[in-house]
Amino acid sequence: MSDHAPSASELADFRAEVSGWLEEHNPADPGFLLPQTFMEVGSDQQLDFLREWQHKLWSAGYLGVHWPEQYGGRGMHPAFQNEINRELRRHRTPITFNVIGLGWAGPLILDIGTEEDKAKYIKGILSAEDIWCQGFSEPDHGSDLGNAQTRAVRDGDDYIVNGSKIWTTMGNYAKYMILLARTDPTTKRKYDGLSFFLSPMHGTGIDTRPIQKITGEYGFTETFFTDARIPASCLIGGEGNGWRVAMQTLQYERGAAAGAAGGQVQVRVSIADLIDEVRSVKRDGAPLLEDPVVRDRLVQLIMDEKALGLADKRSTLGDLNSDYPMSLLLSYKLRVSEYQRRMRQYGLEIQGGLGGLYVGDEDTIAGGFWQRAYFNNFATTIGGGTSQIQCNIIGEQVLGLPKS
Amino acid sequence: MKKSNMAIGLSEEQGMLLDTAREFCRDRSAIPAVRALLQSESGFDAQVWQEIAELGWLGVAVSEAHGGSGLGMGSAIPIVECMGKRLLSTPYITTLLVAEALQRAQSHALCERHLPAIVGGQIATLALLESEDWGEETIELTASDAGGDLQLAGSKTQVAYAAQAELFLVSATYQNEARLLLVPASALGEGAVRRQTNIDETRRSSRVDFTGATVSSDHLLSGDAAAIIRDLRLLGALLYAAEAAGSTAACMDLTVDYLKTRKQFGHLIGSYQSLKHPMVEVLCDMDNARSFVYHAATLVSEASLDEDAESACRMAKAQASEALKFAADRAVQFHGGMGFTYECDAQLYIRRAQWSQQAFGDAYHHRKRLASLLLD
Ligand SMILES: Cc1cc2nc3c(=O)[nH]c(=O)nc-3n(C[C@H](O)[C@H](O)[C@H](O)COP(=O)(O)OP(=O)(O)OC[C@H]3O[C@@H](n4cnc5c(N)ncnc54)[C@H](O)[C@@H]3O)c2cc1C
Ligand SMILES: Cc1cc2nc3c(=O)[nH]c(=O)nc-3n(C[C@H](O)[C@H](O)[C@H](O)COP(=O)(O)OP(=O)(O)OC[C@H]3O[C@@H](n4cnc5c(N)ncnc54)[C@H](O)[C@@H]3O)c2cc1C
Repeated sequence: MSDHAPSASELADFRAEVSGWLEEHNPADPGFLLPQTFMEVGSDQQLDFLREWQHKLWSAGYLGVHWPEQYGGRGMHPAFQNEINRELRRHRTPITFNVIGLGWAGPLILDIGTEEDKAKYIKGILSAEDIWCQGFSEPDHGSDLGNAQTRAVRDGDDYIVNGSKIWTTMGNYAKYMILLARTDPTTKRKYDGLSFFLSPMHGTGIDTRPIQKITGEYGFTETFFTDARIPASCLIGGEGNGWRVAMQTLQYERGAAAGAAGGQVQVRVSIADLIDEVRSVKRDGAPLLEDPVVRDRLVQLIMDEKALGLADKRSTLGDLNSDYPMSLLLSYKLRVSEYQRRMRQYGLEIQGGLGGLYVGDEDTIAGGFWQRAYFNNFATTIGGGTSQIQCNIIGEQVLGLPKS
Repeated sequence: MKKSNMAIGLSEEQGMLLDTAREFCRDRSAIPAVRALLQSESGFDAQVWQEIAELGWLGVAVSEAHGGSGLGMGSAIPIVECMGKRLLSTPYITTLLVAEALQRAQSHALCERHLPAIVGGQIATLALLESEDWGEETIELTASDAGGDLQLAGSKTQVAYAAQAELFLVSATYQNEARLLLVPASALGEGAVRRQTNIDETRRSSRVDFTGATVSSDHLLSGDAAAIIRDLRLLGALLYAAEAAGSTAACMDLTVDYLKTRKQFGHLIGSYQSLKHPMVEVLCDMDNARSFVYHAATLVSEASLDEDAESACRMAKAQASEALKFAADRAVQFHGGMGFTYECDAQLYIRRAQWSQQAFGDAYHHRKRLASLLLD
């Protein structure tokens, strides 16, 4: 990675180049609903489309540009990747769906992996040839992740894994999994018995069972390990350090400078889209947008969305964060995901009778986009630490309230 | 929908004012001092008011030519926020707004005559409101020609610190047009000022009957009075929003402290999620209010208030009103029986929340106007 920070004009030129490329190559609407996040990839059709798109973006030199050249990056400064990310957002491109690879496993391997790991995994992550999934949650241990009980027992040059993981996004498509498993069930602190593996998904004793989601689609699996043998070289970060490594992977999500390959992690859904979409909807014989109650609610949502953007910018102004320094940072996930939930739910509520139809019906607004978007949003209020867990963390770490 | 203006910043001057104000308000307005003033006649400490003048805070938005520092209205925001955090009530907001009106009207003679005195600590106050309705555009109070002078007829309500003010800025209908004029306290008749009982006992306001008051015609402000009144209402909304954001933070701290010390069922009550989670909501509401307030503060530093600035002021007031209302409501509830007492400081905030939400228009008033700006 180059240390030399690019000048503003270098960045502007680069951005113009990316923008020009996107004008030409941003894929046209494929005629089926595309996922807004990687957790929504539910059909082969969607997968093939997204795989091709990510491959194309990487081939053009616009993904992981700050990752080392010998592994598939371009060795450029992270600022360039940030420019690309901004352009992807602006052009509202499809997502770069291999998120667990691009944002979690990849940076981790580059950070603490061996030379062999880097050579083996990184390029496939960028090119979308190798899809990655995350095996953290278990049927009996979700929020209480530190208590995960899937066992990995050392046996010669292998570990033998037993147990099951659940809600594994793209578990049916993935070639590799970042796996959190218990190597020592006797430690005093539950966290100290965990280890982190870069596990294969294909092999004897590893099976997946697809799970149907509220949307009616598929997209995640239960993943069973039954005396599955994985090479000891899959261990990363050392035995007993699994929790620390897992925590470390959370850091990478904070942008290119923090390590993530970048790309378009999610397509943002905005209140502006909703307002445009419902202009033609009628209520009491008049346009919906003339109804004072609806207007008031929409303004509240516009404000909520704007507050998120302002908070993002305010979090960089030290003097305006000295009272509760961690507040904006720690509450970001809660505020975004809960706002999206409220907004999307309202997106259905104001559709009148059309809100009672679903994806597949030709009368729906935008093909049932809002119906699906609302349901899918629970992935963000449940996944990655539920909203209730976020409230505990914020209450305890920002406000200093006693533990629950 | 039009693209959102996302400007937010803090100038070096604003940052310095924030630091100074934080310390000053903490020193001068500890809770016992606040409480000592609740039953007093004026509601503020004349000594503290003089110090505020000496710090130059009355002149932050007044041009240097008239004795101020010309930093713009945005620089008053950190000061007012800190005042809100310590419940430091003075005629600061209302006096600032009068000075701002004089400058916006570009009435040179009036500026020369009054701004230096105002910067030095003369109390001036706004007399705009005539009923409970902040949305009313018609002005019932009239000014009419009387032998070369202007004679007023009508009254105003909720005139802040009227009993102490030396100068009133009054909106009036004159020759069928909205106008603003300055009325010195000396022009008021006997018994013209009737003090009101405020739900927030840190405030003072009065109904003021201007009927019979006569001033020479050079007391009329020039400029487009309707536009100036609109700007004053927006700036007033913003200043009260900044103050409310500060009060919300203080109210939250008060409640959090209690939740960390009070035990029931063998546990600190702050460990119960039915208390903890709403406090996180209070925090997020407060953070949002602060973001809008400083966003607006960034935009109002420009000379005239454009649509973006208008939106920002209205969002700030709508958000801050709701934030303080919720924080104070929960503060009382989470203090249990203690919260129901006059002795518990939660009462200071719940009373303030009710006053503040109404000042310069409540949340719904502003959202209704935002709807026209954003949806049509
Ligand atoms: C769409 C989707 C995709 C996912 N993808 C993956 C993936 O790829 N890999 C992976 O490992 N996991 C994945 N997850 C799993 C996700 O991380 C878990 O669902 C999440 O951590 C919650 O765990 P749980 O489902 O066991 O719920 P539980 O932990 O059982 O929670 C149930 C309810 O109880 C509440 N609760 C739990 N503990 C507390 C507490 N202490 N205080 C207050 N409330 C509490 C929760 O907020 C929730 O409302 C995914 C989930 C979803 C929805
Ligand atoms: C107007 C009024 C009149 C009253 N009159 C009488 C009377 O005549 N005689 C009499 O004996 N008493 C009377 N009371 C007292 C009343 O019953 C108590 O105030 C009430 O039981 C709460 O107890 P507390 O005040 O100690 O609050 P606390 O129990 O300290 O509660 C403080 C806060 O913590 C919350 N909390 C406490 N425990 C938990 C928990 N386990 N989980 C979640 N949240 C919790 C409470 O909901 C509250 O918000 C009166 C109270 C009021 C306000």
